[in-house]
Amino acid sequence: MKRLGNLALLLAVLATLYASFAYLKLDLLGLFSGDSPMMMWRYAQGFLQPDFSAELLRQIGRGTLETLAMSAIGTLLASVLGLLLALPAAGRFGALAKAVTRFLLNALRAIPELVWAALMVLAAGLGPNAGTLALTLHTSGVLGRLFAEALENTPAQPAQALRLTGSSSISAFCYGTLPGVWPQLLAYALYRWENNIRMASVLGFVGAGGLGQMLYISLSLFQQAQAASVILAMLLLVLLVDLFSNWARQRWVQAG
Amino acid sequence: MSLRQQGLRLIDAGLSYADGKVALSGLNLSVAAGESIAIIGPSGAGKTSLLHLLASHLRPSSGQIELLGQAPWTLPGRQRQQLRSQIGLIQQGSALPARQRVVTAVLAGKLGQWSTGKSLLSLLYPLDAEGAAGALAQLDLADKLYQRCDQLSGGQLQRVAIARVLYQQPQLMLADEPVSAMDPVLASHTLGVLKQYARNHACTLLASLHAVDLALAHFSRVIGLRDGRIVFDQPASCISPADLAALYANEQLQAAHSPAVVAPSIPRQVPRC
Amino acid sequence: MLSQRDPAALPRVLLTLLALALLWPGLVLSELNLAVLFDAGNLGNMGQFLSSFWPPAHDPEFLQLLAQATLQTLAIATAGMSLALLLAIPLALLATRALSISALPRGGQPAWWASALRWPVKGLLIVLRSVPEIVWALLFVRAVGLGPTAGVLAIGITYGGMLGKVYGEIFESTDLRPTRALLLAGSPRLSAFAYGVLPNAAGEILSYSVYRWECAIRASVIMGFVGAGGLGQQIDLSLRMFAGAEVASMLLTFLALVLLADLFSRWLRGRLA
Repeated sequence: MKRLGNLALLLAVLATLYASFAYLKLDLLGLFSGDSPMMMWRYAQGFLQPDFSAELLRQIGRGTLETLAMSAIGTLLASVLGLLLALPAAGRFGALAKAVTRFLLNALRAIPELVWAALMVLAAGLGPNAGTLALTLHTSGVLGRLFAEALENTPAQPAQALRLTGSSSISAFCYGTLPGVWPQLLAYALYRWENNIRMASVLGFVGAGGLGQMLYISLSLFQQAQAASVILAMLLLVLLVDLFSNWARQRWVQAG
Repeated sequence: MSLRQQGLRLIDAGLSYADGKVALSGLNLSVAAGESIAIIGPSGAGKTSLLHLLASHLRPSSGQIELLGQAPWTLPGRQRQQLRSQIGLIQQGSALPARQRVVTAVLAGKLGQWSTGKSLLSLLYPLDAEGAAGALAQLDLADKLYQRCDQLSGGQLQRVAIARVLYQQPQLMLADEPVSAMDPVLASHTLGVLKQYARNHACTLLASLHAVDLALAHFSRVIGLRDGRIVFDQPASCISPADLAALYANEQLQAAHSPAVVAPSIPRQVPRC
Repeated sequence: MLSQRDPAALPRVLLTLLALALLWPGLVLSELNLAVLFDAGNLGNMGQFLSSFWPPAHDPEFLQLLAQATLQTLAIATAGMSLALLLAIPLALLATRALSISALPRGGQPAWWASALRWPVKGLLIVLRSVPEIVWALLFVRAVGLGPTAGVLAIGITYGGMLGKVYGEIFESTDLRPTRALLLAGSPRLSAFAYGVLPNAAGEILSYSVYRWECAIRASVIMGFVGAGGLGQQIDLSLRMFAGAEVASMLLTFLALVLLADLFSRWLRGRLA
């Protein structure tokens, strides 16, 4: 019976695959016939000789720093905001606060960064400010949820013991809970920063500054050579941030 | 009457847990300021519950409690916190965060007496490292000042927890098996340190001990606890072997009902230090 | 006077100075300006825009457009995954060490020349997935025009790279003894794969692929912002026209879509396990 069910499932999947192509009326074969391959090849050729002129490299340098700053400041702000929201979300201020903040955190992270960026461009205008705000909002939702889970899983006894010496809640938290949960928070924040570097690069597509905006513009102007340079810069940036993040994780999270 | 001259009182106090299990019942206890008392009894007798009750951690389900001349559960929260800053509880197992340095762990004793700003600043740079060193020196741990808690043995951690309470300088000290991880010589020495503090600062001291000989040797007044009730409350010299036999009779190795609060946060084996 | 100085003091100060030194240019470059969100004029505009979100657009004509866009997104994700599979499976088979014949006498490590032959394939997989799919989408939109084709191609390429890498790893993580036995007996690699690797790996492969399909749906919506069709493209259009009600409707649809896809993928993965 199960085999029949699995077979039916397989057929259903294959049918869906076929239907999706049919629905889109995709003419993939058309892509490979007539003039199209030649045109695409000529388009692609433009990328094979990246432009390395000094002026462009300087702009790319600036764009890279902008992207880096966007992701770093965004992740930093998001960590602070996320931690503030994680406290009620972990249930430390009662059930109502927990439900409300959990809902808020879910809303923040359900909306993709690009959509946030488009909204922020409307609110704050073009430029990296919109990108930073977008990353902050989305990432606080993600980090807030991760931090809340970390807080829920950490033992409450050290902080409780400090409360018994008459300490205020803030001090008890900082002396009792934070030292234990700190490596996890840092690990999550570093991981999100790695992700945000990739996102920061593309938020520029909706006008939020950085390398993404440069890429969008050069592609719109059909300047493939410049575009290729920007793409290379993006890849390099991602690689460097991954390396740094790995090092930081080893140094402070595992050794700690 | 100032806080200094007050002891503590329990009037027909009882404690039950949410699941209905009765931990303590019918407790009548009167302790004058500056007294040192040992609490002994079999496992599961309720020694830890009693100490947590006296620390104002647990609220009595019946009866009344007076600590340092005040009824803690009639006070508003802020004043109860102020009262608690005068009460030092040394918990069973140590409640110290693994990654924290010893100096910060000890300084945390005065969190109830410092302002929040000072507390947070001290987290970055210890503001009274000398004071912490002084407290640790009494327990021969001054050289561990800047080490991390997870680099210490179980017995050393216990002594750091004691140092924290010494640094706190409370008027009422409650010690739950403070020397359980120490060899007899060190245990005796450490109890001596606690008693000296109590003498010098007119502090009321109650310590629960597993080793009856230590209790009888160091404390002039001993309370025997069994099944949540006080079986005897006598000067040490008046306790006979028959009393002790009755207290520990049929001590079985069943798992005692552990109150929710006392789970050790760092799941260490407690080695001899 | 304390004989030791706080060893952590200097590193902390330096770290703080470094952080501050980096913070300032960071703030300048990111042009962070939270005030703009609270500026009165802006708040008015935003308030107006946000208030237009309610009620979400629900006229029949729009709902039909919405349904079509959603179906298109689903189709883009599914078609894109099909292409990705077509790309990933052969590449994974080529790159994986599980089917390496030179590895048989070497306990699982292929000979250097066999590894070298695999590098171009692995390199191709890395290149395919290192460039974010939205960049591919942008490129394809310029190359083949606006619409779903660009989206399908972009997903096909990036996810092909992702799936190829993960499939290879899954193959290598199964128990390879049956496969090696088959290879030793002279079986062609494809047969050895079908009879040796596939039975063990199928569950994990399917599970991961379904999970990736769910991600593909989200990616399709994002790519729509650069013109690759589907729900994303419609959201972008409505945003540019400040049609708040339509944006609200479409965002809600997106959230519902993601939720349903998540539930469906969990059910499917449970069923396949």
